[in-house]
Amino acid sequence: MHETGVRRFMRKESDGRPRILLVDDDPDLLEMFREILAQLPSRPHVHTATSGARALALLEAGGFRVLICDLMMPKMDGLQILSIVRRKYPELRTVVLTSVVDGEFRSRGYALGVDLFCQKPASEEEIRLFLECLESLLGRETQGGFRGVQSKSLLDIIQLECQSQSSLVLRITNGKLTGKIWIHEGEIVDAETEGQRGEAAFQQILSWRAGHFETLPDEPSRPRAITKPYNGLLLESAQALDESRAEPEVQGPAEPTGSAPAGVLEIEGIEFVLALKQGEASPLVARGLEDPKGMQTWARLSMSGFRSLGERLRAGPLEQIEALGPQRHVALANQGELELCVGLKPLMGAGQVRDVMKKVLELWAC
Amino acid sequence: MGVLKLFRKPAPKLLRLPSGCFTVGCHGTVLSRTVASSFPRTLVEEIARQVLRVFREGARAQLPLAELNIHYASLKITAHALRGGALVFLAPKDSGAKCAASRPVCP
Repeated sequence: MHETGVRRFMRKESDGRPRILLVDDDPDLLEMFREILAQLPSRPHVHTATSGARALALLEAGGFRVLICDLMMPKMDGLQILSIVRRKYPELRTVVLTSVVDGEFRSRGYALGVDLFCQKPASEEEIRLFLECLESLLGRETQGGFRGVQSKSLLDIIQLECQSQSSLVLRITNGKLTGKIWIHEGEIVDAETEGQRGEAAFQQILSWRAGHFETLPDEPSRPRAITKPYNGLLLESAQALDESRAEPEVQGPAEPTGSAPAGVLEIEGIEFVLALKQGEASPLVARGLEDPKGMQTWARLSMSGFRSLGERLRAGPLEQIEALGPQRHVALANQGELELCVGLKPLMGAGQVRDVMKKVLELWAC
Repeated sequence: MGVLKLFRKPAPKLLRLPSGCFTVGCHGTVLSRTVASSFPRTLVEEIARQVLRVFREGARAQLPLAELNIHYASLKITAHALRGGALVFLAPKDSGAKCAASRPVCP
């Protein structure tokens, strides 16, 4: 049976010990860290590579749980490696271990989706902390979940906060979408996301399967828009999630006979929608265009060209392109495996184009 | 000790994100730039080529364009069409504040 990429990727060695790949151009340092990492309670297999090319070749063989990477290396630097790894192995946990203290590189590391950005430990205490963080990372599940708490679902996180009678605001980010849930003294008071409020917004946020969250200080003055007790609300959400998971996934046909999610074409200002799947010649969805071929070619060329440019610049993943013209505007963005190309009326400003694309991506994500 | 320094290999440098602007002519020649000179010229030219290509292919697809905004996770490129050439702005995004505000990954 052909092994899927993710399964191959997650495969452990037969003894159940996780595998770590450590990349640094300094062989002495690699040897030292190999010994340090051997002290971890999970007793991982530590593999080393002195160059990016060697590291990528080892990753190709599969089976690694965590990649620990230096930033400053000749030929292929750490940001380049992380950029490739993020695209090819999204399930791999990544750690930057560097002596660079510049905030810009820390930001860029996080923009590339690293799980941990650490300075090379210089004392025993720092080594202990680093090992603790790494052990925690090795223990995490990889199937979705919200980073920040050990891969708990959002339902679990809210339930925990409510049960502990917390007062706080949860800010949840799922790609381009953001939402907030207000919890006061263990009760869900309000929720808000992309034009929705109250219970509808709460259910919408709960439908996101992965993302990031952060806790903000309590806002006791927030008016109560949700009156149901949290238990009932969470139960309803769990049922809705179960039902949505039970529905068979609709696979798009090769011809452009697929349809955009309900409501997308009704969004004010949209002229056409084109959904392209990588590697497939025909668009999955083409609505509002008489002859989509020219637009399709342009969209693919723009996305692939700027994606590879981003990799060369180490600027992180390409998020969106807005092309503004006198006849029409076009916005391009990724939505999972799809590339979306949305045509918009030319009277809109760049900010309005961004707002519309947010709505489109939100509808598509659901 | 000074002699030893002669044999020490130079430390590799990380590429900083470009900041500033440049103009490119219709033939792809970079005419003027405020982007730091430490940022490789070849990369500036590569940005210019890609921007011009997207403008040109847009016109070919019946999509004449005046402006392009390209958003990366840590960089924004804005390009204005200028009679076959372009004026390109490069602005690194400051995601430091966002990262600092987030709950740390380590429990």
